[in-house]
Amino acid sequence: MTQPNRLAQGGRVNRDRPLSFVFNGETYQGYEGDTLASALLANAVSVVNRSFKYARPRGIVAAGAEEPNAVVQLGASEAAQTPNVRATQQALYDGLVASSTNGWPNVQRDVMGLFGKVAGKMMPPGFYNKTFMAPASMWMTYEKLIRKAAGLGRSPREQDPDRYEHFHRHCDVLVIGAGPAGLVAASVAANSGARVILCDEQEQMGGCLLSTTETLNGKPANQWLSETLDHLAANPDVLLLPRTTANGYHDHNFVTLHERVAEHLGDTAPEGMARSRMHQVRAKRVVLSTGSHERPLVYANNDVPGNFVSGAISSYIHRYGVVPGNQLVVMTANDQGYRCAIDWYDAGRNVVAIVDARPDADGHWVKQAEERGLRILKGQVVFDTKGTKAVQGAWVSAWNAERFALTGEAQLLECDAIASSGGFSPVVHLAAHTGARPVWRDDIQGFVPAAVKGQLPTGGCNGVYPLHQVLADALDTGITAALDCGYEASRFILPEVDDLVESAPLALFEIPHTKATMRAPYQFVDLQNDVTAAAIELATREGFESIEHVKRYTAMGFGTDQGKLGNINGMAITARRLGQTIPETGTTVFRPNYTPVPFGAIAGPHRRELFDPKRYTALHSWHEQRGATFEDVGLWKRPWYYPIGNESMHDAVSRECLAVRNKVGILDASTLGKIDIQGKDAREFLGRVYTNKWEKLGIGKARYGLMCKDDGMVTDDGVTTCLGDQHFLMTTTTGGAAAILEWLELWHQTEWPELEVYFNSVTDHWATITITGPNSRALLREITDIDLDRDKFKFMEWRQGTVAGVPARVYRISFTGELSYEINVQADFAMHVWQTLFEYENKYGLTPYGTETMHVLRAEKGFIIVGQDTDGSVTPEDLGMQWCIGYDKPFSWIGKRALSRPDTSRRDRKQLVGLKPLKDDVVLEEGAQIVLDPNQPIPMRMVGHVTSSYFSPTLNHGFALALLMDGHNRMGEIVFMPMPDGQVHEAEVVGTVFYDSKGDRQNV
Amino acid sequence: MSDAAIFDQQAVADKVTGQSPLHHLSSSHKTEGVVLEEVPSLGYLTLRGDANDEAFRAGVHKALGLELPVQPMTLLQSDTVSIQWLSPDEWMIVCPGARCFEFESALHEQLSGHYAVVNVSGGYTMLTLSGDRALDVLYQSTAYDVHPRHFGTGKAVATTLAKATVFLRRPDDGKWELIVRRSFADYCWRWLVGVC
Amino acid sequence: MFLIYCPYCGEEREESEFHAKGQAHLARPADPDNSSDEEWGHYLFFRENPRGIHHELWVHAAGCRKFFNVTRHTVSYEILETYPIGEQPRVTANQMEKPA
Repeated sequence: MTQPNRLAQGGRVNRDRPLSFVFNGETYQGYEGDTLASALLANAVSVVNRSFKYARPRGIVAAGAEEPNAVVQLGASEAAQTPNVRATQQALYDGLVASSTNGWPNVQRDVMGLFGKVAGKMMPPGFYNKTFMAPASMWMTYEKLIRKAAGLGRSPREQDPDRYEHFHRHCDVLVIGAGPAGLVAASVAANSGARVILCDEQEQMGGCLLSTTETLNGKPANQWLSETLDHLAANPDVLLLPRTTANGYHDHNFVTLHERVAEHLGDTAPEGMARSRMHQVRAKRVVLSTGSHERPLVYANNDVPGNFVSGAISSYIHRYGVVPGNQLVVMTANDQGYRCAIDWYDAGRNVVAIVDARPDADGHWVKQAEERGLRILKGQVVFDTKGTKAVQGAWVSAWNAERFALTGEAQLLECDAIASSGGFSPVVHLAAHTGARPVWRDDIQGFVPAAVKGQLPTGGCNGVYPLHQVLADALDTGITAALDCGYEASRFILPEVDDLVESAPLALFEIPHTKATMRAPYQFVDLQNDVTAAAIELATREGFESIEHVKRYTAMGFGTDQGKLGNINGMAITARRLGQTIPETGTTVFRPNYTPVPFGAIAGPHRRELFDPKRYTALHSWHEQRGATFEDVGLWKRPWYYPIGNESMHDAVSRECLAVRNKVGILDASTLGKIDIQGKDAREFLGRVYTNKWEKLGIGKARYGLMCKDDGMVTDDGVTTCLGDQHFLMTTTTGGAAAILEWLELWHQTEWPELEVYFNSVTDHWATITITGPNSRALLREITDIDLDRDKFKFMEWRQGTVAGVPARVYRISFTGELSYEINVQADFAMHVWQTLFEYENKYGLTPYGTETMHVLRAEKGFIIVGQDTDGSVTPEDLGMQWCIGYDKPFSWIGKRALSRPDTSRRDRKQLVGLKPLKDDVVLEEGAQIVLDPNQPIPMRMVGHVTSSYFSPTLNHGFALALLMDGHNRMGEIVFMPMPDGQVHEAEVVGTVFYDSKGDRQNV
Repeated sequence: MSDAAIFDQQAVADKVTGQSPLHHLSSSHKTEGVVLEEVPSLGYLTLRGDANDEAFRAGVHKALGLELPVQPMTLLQSDTVSIQWLSPDEWMIVCPGARCFEFESALHEQLSGHYAVVNVSGGYTMLTLSGDRALDVLYQSTAYDVHPRHFGTGKAVATTLAKATVFLRRPDDGKWELIVRRSFADYCWRWLVGVC
Repeated sequence: MFLIYCPYCGEEREESEFHAKGQAHLARPADPDNSSDEEWGHYLFFRENPRGIHHELWVHAAGCRKFFNVTRHTVSYEILETYPIGEQPRVTANQMEKPA
């Protein structure tokens, strides 16, 4: 197979390794070292996509990350589908399969094109805003249509087989971009002893040195490049990351780098290798040597395939041995265009003309072109392109820059490629990610990074373009970086480079047409989003003066390329229309990511079983073996219920509830938060953070405590045990453990540092096994040396002893209302204790139960769950827990003062009540809204909601807890819960305790 | 001596065996360049007190035979015991599980005033990481700078391990110790195996 | 992702090790029971939201568990100082307004 645009020699491709690839169903050949873009151009594939709004054929324009058109869908298999890949950045590999993301059924014969011609008219500037104002219901329809038309690609429908890695990196100096500036800065910093990371987004490091004809030390650039890279690679404190794009620049020099580890090797990564890797780098100094992007010029039909930015052509020739055409017209406003023409000519193809908007250029490259006898049209411009699917010619005319108008006769130059150069834009994207607005410099007609702490732009990114100046600038930057990091800067000898005289560039962005902008053929500014100069003019005519509004109105820069090529031109066009300068017009904000990043790389190893930590108790494997279903409580996995055979959840929970009420149940309560509190002021501290009193709690006793924030709202509860006069063990809710420890520390460290007390988490240390039910005493007696006599070991007391041969603390406290013992042992021994208890399973009817049964049993007793029956807006008084409030404690404890605020002491606040549905089989929905009159018109006045609701197998009816406005005064009233299906449930307002209201059972 | 209630929680009957939080997984994982192992059943004591109090420092030294590290992020160790600085008033003491109560009692004997010693042996387990690629595993697991130029021998920090927390220690050149909480141990182990 | 100097650990640590706890130097009125509703309401609910210098309370949650204060610029996100509880900031908004 022939590659018509491939030169017989030259470039950095390996002609001994031909690679086969498929684009839009056709098979082609390229070489190792190609990008997909260079291989497509070598094969003279000119149309690679259809445009977003107008469905116009589009070709490759650039050679790097700025490419707006050649955005393809990659992947031979379904699982390997990757959208949004820039062909200019995708290395070619054997078997690569890619397709256009736009154009149906294909880019050559485009049905959407017909639609596009209509839809384009349907999508004038402001289309989004105007169209989607109303009706809102049409959005879904439009959105589908636009997505299909917009070429956003698609995600795979199968699991990605690849692995992605995350690396945390730290360095003194991170250098982004390994062109001449980056190489010098990195070398200086590394030689000085700094830890350096040098990354570059391309397949090979070197940046513009890879495609320059300039010499360093009198030798081809390649030699200095490889020597410099070898020297860096030999330094153990230097990390070289090729194929690595710095995508996000975050606060305090935190930069995310995306390394394409295996994306150049195949559809999926080879065995044992990650497909890509995200480096999260924290650097003391960041050197931005990101270079510059060449700006294309805006002229009519500048989107016809065959239009390029001029530097891209040099890159394709020098790096890949590819000349994308035979007859070239160059349109330039600076000397760069001449270099492109010289490269083209030297490659053996014909340069039709260099069209230079300037009247009098005479720099080094101009002379080089003249020496080659190239035709140069000075003071002229290319203002239109002939052709639709491919360039057939360039319309050229003399012009008057001051009047911004064409003068004289237009002539058609026949050609198959047009290269344009409007100058350079420093790649300031990363510098703007943390919010700093780039600063305009008139002398270079471009934006450079604003000063940001720790950030050092250099070379092209800093608006410095001639090579010898770039090297000197980078040397300074490298020295600064080394000194800033505390190193003595080492000497570094710069390579000798000729100081080539360049003629002054002209500030040129758009080119006038014979017709006025609004009537001229499309003059594209943003190729990816089909934004034209006319659209921007229309936006300004419609009154948009802020560049941010113009952007949103026209969608300029909103593509996946973030307007890398078009934004400055768009700003310049806006500025001209508004009669102001570019800095007056302002700049725009760039946000991460610089180029699209696959979700796999963002997720890294944080997926599937490692997505989030799962916390397990010491008894988890037993629960699994017993067939428990699990409930997530915070990060914990807690047994929910233990079904036997095909038992339903309802049946299992009923069985577990009845076992506790009638025999004995066992619960793994290890997840409760536990805080060890020691110090002479421990008791005083408890009195300040809990609502109730602690000064008289004796050693061996336990007490329930309620905790508020200073706004008077309940935030936690739990039992605290007095272990010694100055030693307590506090338990917290499972979800609140870490937050409550931090809460105690907050008050101790910031408000009452004079109190002598220490708090330490012992949550994971103790395993807690609750046995509860009438048989619990007899069961425990089998395996403990603790005297369980009811008068010697009373309710709300604790004892120390051994259980099943394990030293233990046993607390006689109850969350079910039954006789209960909580056995606490060091977690390592919990399984032994638990299994020993199960040796008596049949003798006492021991039944394991989970969180669902725990909830039913506690709710039957009216015991609240903080966070379920409370929501941060509930006071202890709202809960009817005045018995737990020490109004007369000497210290004004946390939450006390707020209870007397007018809003907190209102009598019609929502208060906790019980609800008994009038029909026994009704179980109210948790969250159901309560109304007093079900026949009132909608919207009804809602007076509360159900917080907890269950079916009680013990009572044989449904019951609920609810927060109800003025609820404590509504005992006996009937309230209503209208449901979405039209049913209205009725319930009687009752007290919160449904079972054993005197509390006899826990005291037996 | 404070009035803290202490008892020998490890004085279990003969037939009782303890279970490490990783008992359900393999206790060692080896791949090219990395060895990951669990060191189960160690004793852990949280020590609180005033580092500026000479008597406190002397008491700790007497009880454990080891200086109290007062420099942030330092680890001091003897053949049997190590003390890791956690904060200006908090240290982690690691010792053989069987001798935990002995050291706990010794501390109470030697210390007075405002201090605390808490047995947290059930709450942690230790993982060790060694081999040429151990650093690569850590680079993937913690945002802390573990580069040898920043994390020398004898250093110990409390930081993050993936989405959990860890006491990360470098007792000698060839080995890293990772003390993780019991309930997170399964997650930490699977994470480390996953990135090995 | 901030890089925050912990005054107790004596080095810069990643933000993921810390929890932000809101405005610093909030003093609980000394005699709550005799404070007016307005005074108490102000203490509970009113917070500064400056564009510029802000003093914040942070805790080194995954590290030394100590609370400390941070002076941060809310536009540039630059952290200008961190200092222990009980100390006053050296960098303040008033000071920044003064000519250098």
